Amino acid sequence: MQVSVQDLAASYGGPVVLSDVTFDVEEGERIGVLGPNGGGKSTLFRVLLGELRPLRGSFQRPSRLGFVPQTERSRLDYPVSALDVALMGTLSRLAWWRPVGRRERRAALAALERVGLTALADEQFGELSGGQRQRVLVARALVQDAPVLLLDEPFSGVDRTSADLLERLLDDLAAEGRGLLLATHDLEQARRFDRVLCLNRRQIAFGPPEETLTRAVLEETYGGEIVALPGAAAAVLPPHHHEHD
Amino acid sequence: MHALLEPWSHPFMQRALLELLFVGVVGAVLGCWIVLYELAYSAESLAHALFPGLVAAALLGLPLLLGAAGGVLGAAAAIALTTRLPGIGRDVAVAIVVTTLFGLGVLLALTPSSPPGLDGLLFGDLLGVTRGDLAASGALAALCLAALAALHRPLLATGFDRGSAPSLGARPLLVDLALLALVAAAIVVGVQGLGNLLVLAALIGPAATARLLVRRVPRMMLLATVVAVVCALGGLYLSYYADVAAGAAVAGSTVGVYLVLALARLRPWRLSASRG
Ligand SMILES: Nc1ncnc2c1ncn2[C@@H]1O[C@H](COP(=O)(O)OP(=O)(O)OP(=O)(O)O)[C@@H](O)[C@H]1O
Ligand SMILES: [Mg+2]
Repeated sequence: MQVSVQDLAASYGGPVVLSDVTFDVEEGERIGVLGPNGGGKSTLFRVLLGELRPLRGSFQRPSRLGFVPQTERSRLDYPVSALDVALMGTLSRLAWWRPVGRRERRAALAALERVGLTALADEQFGELSGGQRQRVLVARALVQDAPVLLLDEPFSGVDRTSADLLERLLDDLAAEGRGLLLATHDLEQARRFDRVLCLNRRQIAFGPPEETLTRAVLEETYGGEIVALPGAAAAVLPPHHHEHD
Repeated sequence: MHALLEPWSHPFMQRALLELLFVGVVGAVLGCWIVLYELAYSAESLAHALFPGLVAAALLGLPLLLGAAGGVLGAAAAIALTTRLPGIGRDVAVAIVVTTLFGLGVLLALTPSSPPGLDGLLFGDLLGVTRGDLAASGALAALCLAALAALHRPLLATGFDRGSAPSLGARPLLVDLALLALVAAAIVVGVQGLGNLLVLAALIGPAATARLLVRRVPRMMLLATVVAVVCALGGLYLSYYADVAAGAAVAGSTVGVYLVLALARLRPWRLSASRG
């Protein structure tokens, strides 16, 4: 078992925003994390990353986690290339005071190649398109070379071709034995994962998608505004939009 | 040719140049982070706030670095305490403490009973730099550069995205503290030559200029260094032949280069959106 979470609850000092979370990630398993806006997906990642102390409960995780943040909060006017950003992933592998060498550079270039961005390695990060930037951040997580990766909506703003490429990449990573936790709003995609975790301020369900994604679970997860039946191309309207982050 | 070489036949000019190279190189490299982290105003406040520490160290015959460290800690404590007073926000607390401390330092430095030379801390005395001063600031400059080299990757990652820096293995709080400590040390490197006020020009001018022209951090550092060296030479020539204060000439040319470039890049339709 790579990650194991027991009865976790979290808050930002105010109300409890996430509770009753119990699940685990096996080696090489792809887990979809589903939930409406404000459902607690990013909060769960923050707890696992150690940025937010849990209110209750406990969890075990490997010492190294790869992470792809949601909407990148990175600065677009910052003077770095795509390769520079990918190289930042070496901070968790190579002692912080050592300069990067040929080996790190090779790893970063290989990661950019895996996300299909070799040609743009020397481009200014801030001048890439949104989807390209998202893929650079995935490359950075690859360079971290962690046994478990947390990806917070890595497909937002990514076009169909790149999404297919990313999805194949994720399958490869899982085949290498890495555990993947991936927050997504795409139910169709979640059906292709090994297990899904449904969150709506608390854990609604956890298990294989075909057993778990029932109408009742989806209604409880998304607050009852499902516009198509599961099985058909189910699309989901979040009940309302929170302003947060 | 003779006119170009003549100034350097004087040992005091050689020492002035060397001192400017020390503070110039450290200032150029460190300045890139100050500019990228948008800390120019904090650096300026820091320079003012640690001034009484410098004066006290000089009066007591202690190393200036110790005075700077004491000054920074004292200022931080004073700001923390002032913030606790009812009705005083952080912003106001910083302003009150910084101006009070700076005034206190000036008072100490300029009282007739203080030994002569203390006013050099305020305005610098580039042409009066001694061999001892040079050895001290050279050693400190080397330390600063070594620290900057070691901190390069955490600084780069934290400045890029503070939020996810911890997930990469950087510690933003420690990075910030290290950066402020380096600013304090760089002020000490430059204080003998340029003084507590003008040293800011060396910390910000070259880096701000380089920021206008290049789009990678290492190139920015290289270009800032070149700008600093050119301005050091230019300022010293100006001071030698036009007989103006050396420190002011150097600081003025640094800021001048930035202004000329910034104005040249300015387009009328971008006036409101320019990032200054
Ligand atoms: N930094 C914060 N401080 C206080 N509350 C927060 C903070 N971040 C999130 N929250 C709150 O925690 C709850 C869960 O937010 P979270 O970001 O985990 O949702 P999410 O599932 O990632 O949503 P989305 O799909 O919009 O990304 C929300 O109610 C939100 O308002
Ligand atoms: Mg989120």
